Amino acid sequence: MNFVIPSFTPAIPEIVLLTLTSLLLVADTIWSKRYEFATYYATQVILLIVGALIVTSFTTETVMTFDGSFVRDAFSDVLKLAIVVISLGMFLFSKEYLLQAKFYRGEYFTLGLFSILGMFVMVSAHNLITLYLGLEIMSLAIYTLVAMRKDHSAALEAALKYFVLGALATGMLLYGFSMLYGATGSIAFDDMAAVIATGQVDHVVLSFAVVFVVIGLAFKLGAVPFHMWVPDVYHGAPTAVTLFIGTAPKIAAFAIFYRLLAEALPGAVADWQPLLVILSVLSLIVGALVAIVQNNLKRLLAYSGIGHIGFLLLGLIAANPDGYASAMVYTLVYAFMALAAFGMITVLARTGHEFDRVDDFKGMNQRNPWLALMMLFVMFSMAGIPPFIGFYAKVVVIEEVVQAGFVWLAVLAVISAVISAFYYLRVVKVMYFDAPEDASKAEPVARHLTWAISVVAAALLVFGIFPSWVIDLGYHSL
Amino acid sequence: MVFGLPILSTLIWLPILAGALIVFGGRDRPAFAKWFALLTSVVTFLVSLPLWFQFDTTTAAMQFVEKSPWIDQFNIHYHLGVDGLSMPLVLLTTFTQVLVIASAWDVIRERVEQYMGAFMIMQGMMIGVFTALDSILFYVFWEALLIPMFLIIGKWGGKDRVYATLKFFLYTFFGSVFMLVGFLYMYFQSGSFAILDFHIMPLGELAQILIFLAFLIAFAVKIPMVPVHTWLPDAHVQAPTAGSVVLAAIMLKMGGYGFVRFSLPITPDASMMLDWLVIALSLIAIFYIGLVAMMQKDMKKLVAYSSISHMGFVTLGMFLVYGIVANSGDAQGAALGMQGAMVQMISHGFISGAMFLMIGVLYDRMQTREISAYGGVVNTMPWFGFFAVLFAMANAGLPGTSGFVGEFMVILASFKANVWYGVVAASTLVIGAAYTLWMVKRVFFGPVANDQVGSLADLNRREFAIMATLAVAVIVLGVYPAPLIEVMDVSVANLLIQATTSKL
Repeated sequence: MNFVIPSFTPAIPEIVLLTLTSLLLVADTIWSKRYEFATYYATQVILLIVGALIVTSFTTETVMTFDGSFVRDAFSDVLKLAIVVISLGMFLFSKEYLLQAKFYRGEYFTLGLFSILGMFVMVSAHNLITLYLGLEIMSLAIYTLVAMRKDHSAALEAALKYFVLGALATGMLLYGFSMLYGATGSIAFDDMAAVIATGQVDHVVLSFAVVFVVIGLAFKLGAVPFHMWVPDVYHGAPTAVTLFIGTAPKIAAFAIFYRLLAEALPGAVADWQPLLVILSVLSLIVGALVAIVQNNLKRLLAYSGIGHIGFLLLGLIAANPDGYASAMVYTLVYAFMALAAFGMITVLARTGHEFDRVDDFKGMNQRNPWLALMMLFVMFSMAGIPPFIGFYAKVVVIEEVVQAGFVWLAVLAVISAVISAFYYLRVVKVMYFDAPEDASKAEPVARHLTWAISVVAAALLVFGIFPSWVIDLGYHSL
Repeated sequence: MVFGLPILSTLIWLPILAGALIVFGGRDRPAFAKWFALLTSVVTFLVSLPLWFQFDTTTAAMQFVEKSPWIDQFNIHYHLGVDGLSMPLVLLTTFTQVLVIASAWDVIRERVEQYMGAFMIMQGMMIGVFTALDSILFYVFWEALLIPMFLIIGKWGGKDRVYATLKFFLYTFFGSVFMLVGFLYMYFQSGSFAILDFHIMPLGELAQILIFLAFLIAFAVKIPMVPVHTWLPDAHVQAPTAGSVVLAAIMLKMGGYGFVRFSLPITPDASMMLDWLVIALSLIAIFYIGLVAMMQKDMKKLVAYSSISHMGFVTLGMFLVYGIVANSGDAQGAALGMQGAMVQMISHGFISGAMFLMIGVLYDRMQTREISAYGGVVNTMPWFGFFAVLFAMANAGLPGTSGFVGEFMVILASFKANVWYGVVAASTLVIGAAYTLWMVKRVFFGPVANDQVGSLADLNRREFAIMATLAVAVIVLGVYPAPLIEVMDVSVANLLIQATTSKL
């Protein structure tokens, strides 16, 4: 057997990202004393370079390399680009917050970049090992990010919870992987699919494997009943980190869901579809009901996020290319809305005041009418009220699930949307109808941050008026 | 086309853009906000006039059509057009809007720019609802409307405004999501979201019944019909005057419009099977809610209940078709009921708007809507008394006013379908007169009740102009409704054919 040097071209964005991040890790220790924000700017530049590399080499063909363990296609390019764009916004919103919270450190950015590298690998994974590798790169970096605030007991608690439950989920996933290998004799996704298609697999082993894999993935995505970590981690983590956890990793988690279920296990659809139905139904219900009683906005958004995961799963339940495309649209839209929502909290936070209670938003329309309007956009978009893009995301997944014959699931989904509208309206209500609690909290937000958050929030409206831009993105890349 | 712009798009987007401009540019400049809103609404009204004058009354096809692709992936189009059913409602919207803006002139002092902006944006969306020919476009406007109305009631409303506005939003949102699932199901069956394609697509019996019920929930909440009407009195009582006017004059009509645009043509067989349900609910609304109105102590609540009762005629007239066809075998014989329903919608737009504006005039002066706080108002406000009695008579259905025309047509038609329907429906002539005139008697006549009433000032010029405009509209439509009936005649005939042609 002779060794062939694999083609490195498909993985250039990852290679560049890894190299530059490693350099930054060293450089940060040298220049952090002298140039305060050098690491921050370098991070943004690295992301821009990686984004440009993806755009310039964008391909609609499917290219494989590293012996079929790594794949580059339109799907991966679009998702990676979305991760880059969201991360750019995320770092932008975080910088001011980190300064205010007095834990501005270079590691925040380098760990963030490593985590993004992990997401890239997950998105492009084409066998079980690569997928696992990407997942671990991403997760380990995030565990550290959550724990970075050593003086903050809630953050440490969140980190521990996240780590233990994350490890448990990984264990489940690995156990499932080993059984998948046992059943199919392969770790490559296309080989697995081909073997399952022959019908000569031990069905019991395969079913068990599917159960464990789906549970592991559900943990990562935060679907009920594997959601317990989500509210605590979102709440306990510093808002800048919550902003990180709540946005880009969702895209990566969706990607591995797609890669595993749609590419490797389409033959086992009868096994995983009912599991997803259960996860989706429970997520929709819990997400709609439990968020109502939350007074902390980060917690509220965590539960609302669980509801959104329920919607996302609807697209996967349809189990056909259009269904996956609709789930992809939903993921992208949700990640973007979460960026806007958590970004809003991040830019409003002040030293000693996290601005994460719903009551903190009281009378916002009097103190800062512009940002109140932007928050209104975000809330109505999340609630799925037209003309915001969140509405179309809901429409496409519900449409696919209706086409797949699950009309009852569609009805349940819209009812959960009505119930969840209540708590989004509550945020709008405190902003517009209540008097401010304390006028002294009305500190101005830096101009560039107001602009940035406005661009993100206004995009929800613009994309809502021209929704085909977003919808085509999903439907044309699958 | 107006100045090279497509007329319907102009009617939708001109107010929306103007509203955005007012919200963003009018901060701390209330005068600009008010004048600009008034100017835009007058311009919008003028732009809408060609719809009436250039309307071709010989065809039931859509006119002033605009169509361009919007979301290709799902075959969704930006598709607008009007026929005889929707065109009068568009004009009602643009007409009412001018009065609404004028009515808030001196009354709203807090965040004027947001108030005016919200009303302008809402106007564009309401016209969008009446002109959309693609169901997703329709749904977008239908839902998006809730946002400005939510803010209007919640911000400028009365004491319990937050409760009322949340109830309003959640009730209507709950109603409409089932309609959305219905649309998605029909797209799945027909491959198109176009309403006109829905009209001709075949549908099985079970599918029709489920879709009909989905539509019924959506439209019944909006109209509103018993038993999902409870949000309306709350919303009306708490809403500022202009909000009540828009709610009563236009938003309630969307429910009625929904029945003629969606339920009857898309699910004719289910409509026939379940017409008893709608008729029963309509008769309950007419009779029982009329009695409820009589017992109200709050004027706004009284008019709110009277609105529900009057809207009962709209739904009754629409669903009498099947009974009349069963009795006489003649679909065109049912045209009377349908036309009556449509006339009633327009007429109720004028009258309910006028009633709420009247209450607004009193409330601005006395800060109370309790009937018992008033008495003998006519002694201090003679002009106001004159208009009040006129509108009250119209509300009670006096011949010569617009209130008479629609109700009378529907009552006649209901006798054709079933004598008992007619008897119950006709009871409104007594009950309606009772609650309206009793209120007028207690508020306007008798000795001056207290010093506050004694020192009331009569209508100022602005209020007089608003009242006079509405009075003219009510009388013209009452004396000479023929042009309106002519405009909708062909469309109604076409609708009756659709509603009585089985799709099974």
